[in-house]
Amino acid sequence: MKSKKVTGARAVVKALEGHGVELIFGYPGGANLPLYDELARSPIRHILARHEQGAAHMADAYARATGKVGVCTATSGPGATNLVTGIATAYMDSSALVAITGQVSRHLIGNDAFQEVDTTGITIPITKHNYLIQDGDELFRSIAEAFYLAGSGRPGPVLIDIPKDILLGQCTPGDAEPPQLEGYRPTLKGHPGQIKRAAAAIKAAERPVIIVGGGIRTPASYQALVALAEGQEIPVVSTLMGKGSFPNSHCLYLGLYGYHGRIAANTAITEADVIIGVATRFGDRSTGSALHFAPQAKIVHIDIDPAEVGKNIPALIPIVGDADHILGELVAQLKGASHPDWLARLQRKAEKHPLADLSGEVTIPKVLRALKALCPDPLLVTDVGRHQIFAAHYFPVDSCRSFLTSGGLGTMGFGLPAAIGAKLGCPDRPVVAVCGDGGFLMTCQELVTAAVEKVPVVALVMHDNCLGMIRQLQHAFYGKRFTSCDLGDAVDFARLAESMGAVGITVAREADIAPALARALDAGRPCVLDCRIDAPANVYPMVTGATLMDYIE
Amino acid sequence: MSQKHTISILCNDTPGVLTRISGLFSRRGFNIESLSVGNTETKGKSRFTIVVHGDDRVLEQVRKQLQKLIHVIKVWDITPEQAIEREHALIKVDVERGTKGELLQIITAVEGRIISSSGTLWTLEVTGDPGQVDNALNLFKGYNIVETIRTGRIALER
Repeated sequence: MKSKKVTGARAVVKALEGHGVELIFGYPGGANLPLYDELARSPIRHILARHEQGAAHMADAYARATGKVGVCTATSGPGATNLVTGIATAYMDSSALVAITGQVSRHLIGNDAFQEVDTTGITIPITKHNYLIQDGDELFRSIAEAFYLAGSGRPGPVLIDIPKDILLGQCTPGDAEPPQLEGYRPTLKGHPGQIKRAAAAIKAAERPVIIVGGGIRTPASYQALVALAEGQEIPVVSTLMGKGSFPNSHCLYLGLYGYHGRIAANTAITEADVIIGVATRFGDRSTGSALHFAPQAKIVHIDIDPAEVGKNIPALIPIVGDADHILGELVAQLKGASHPDWLARLQRKAEKHPLADLSGEVTIPKVLRALKALCPDPLLVTDVGRHQIFAAHYFPVDSCRSFLTSGGLGTMGFGLPAAIGAKLGCPDRPVVAVCGDGGFLMTCQELVTAAVEKVPVVALVMHDNCLGMIRQLQHAFYGKRFTSCDLGDAVDFARLAESMGAVGITVAREADIAPALARALDAGRPCVLDCRIDAPANVYPMVTGATLMDYIE
Repeated sequence: MSQKHTISILCNDTPGVLTRISGLFSRRGFNIESLSVGNTETKGKSRFTIVVHGDDRVLEQVRKQLQKLIHVIKVWDITPEQAIEREHALIKVDVERGTKGELLQIITAVEGRIISSSGTLWTLEVTGDPGQVDNALNLFKGYNIVETIRTGRIALER
């Protein structure tokens, strides 16, 4: 049956509705205005960000928190380039994002028209795939493909660039049939022979360790990983992205490994005879020098992306496929085992190297511990910097999809907009963003979005008047020559919050911390805690040499 | 061990696919030695032949990263022993007095052809496997070469 012709903009909105989209984050401009005209007549809720970067982070975090596909939109030219940081962030952390950008009309493309940039050209290296729509009749199929690509296999951002004349012109909406893509067939089931080899290696292991990365995103894979670790009594270390992939309060969890890893975790890697890497890409922040990584270990690498297997660290037993399936198979094939000596040795290491208790009236660990006491299972979002590593060490996260951070790209400014997107996706959960003053100032205008759209997120600004991680690096590697890391003390974050329609609370004394947190969590409105960190402290351990055991703490 | 590999890529013939493929090489630091692309027997499908330098690990990454491109349908490594490889070169020579005979001998020896001549300027063509084309260009070196151009390699399994 031939469908009736509709405008391109109508077709886009119909397609989005067909894919179950409830929320779209964006910013209007000349080239995507036809889309906005249609959105106004759709049940899809539009969240007007105050900067396109914010819209992209919101959609990205919405996807991370819910497991659905996040959608954002921006106009051509500067709208599209402002999305770029957000798209790259989603790409590096494999987040299911669909970005729809307006483009100048087809007859103007290539003429350096007003607000024209080569959006698809710019975003090729930071998207899983992208489309420049050349014909209105391609719209429906391209959108269907975009949703399928973004959410399947290894998730990632997909961009659709639509010229304005196509949005305004007539097209035929197609059927929403599942796309057939000859060049895209993600492997979901692990190879049975490889799983068998992995099971044998795990069975023979005396000092096994599981490294978990950010790819554990479903309750089923989360449970399967717990079952494997418990059944075989294997200690678990995580990457920063993998912090939310395993219950942190579990006795088998040794914490973060790598550049800022816990000593027990890095010891486990260094002494392990078998490493099972699950949904991790063995990134350089974690492994340090690839040459010196895990010198004694046979490596089993489980990942859905074949290109990640063997890319950074050679794997003896690669298994390509979905962690749900592979972990489930391993659990089914293995009988129970225990490694009491190995666990005891690592336990002693952990006891010998506890997390430092920092002195000071208001410190980041004190704030985080108070938060955990008041609110044990929030959706914790971080920005990027020293506070991010503090959050990873000092705030145990104990449920699936509950720790959102910009791990791969390390995007300052991610925290607040990401918290807003996550809260809109999970309105019943408390959502708390931990930010530094530097990163918070990069996207703080999104407080207005939160206030206007009534999104009650809590932002904890660890206000130490400096770019902490920069200062720490200059302290360690640049002879303590501190340059351009001093932010000054001009900003009063509580008043800044109030001026944008949020609640602002200043926390200057230890005794203020818990009452302020309680008030913020109950505020029912967006709330900023200006945590005045009186004695800024570096975050340790930190690896300073070639191996993971060359560290300062 | 680092060596030359010939990679064949079957992909959709769609705008931007060349950018996606060549961009992937530059972005991931793989060196393209030559690249050629053209239509295939199937409508809507192109085939690239890319010569790349690297060890086995680099080659594996090249293959896997290419395979991740949605428009790429198939990537495979072509072993020279089991393939026919061809390159094509055009050579413009200013023929000096007294060298005509030698040049004609070389052209015959390398199975080349004179495509056009005007005055003392001859345009020659040579086709062959990469070694043959190298050899021919070497032989012509001693003469007055005005300009040369050569295609990338194309390859097909036997």
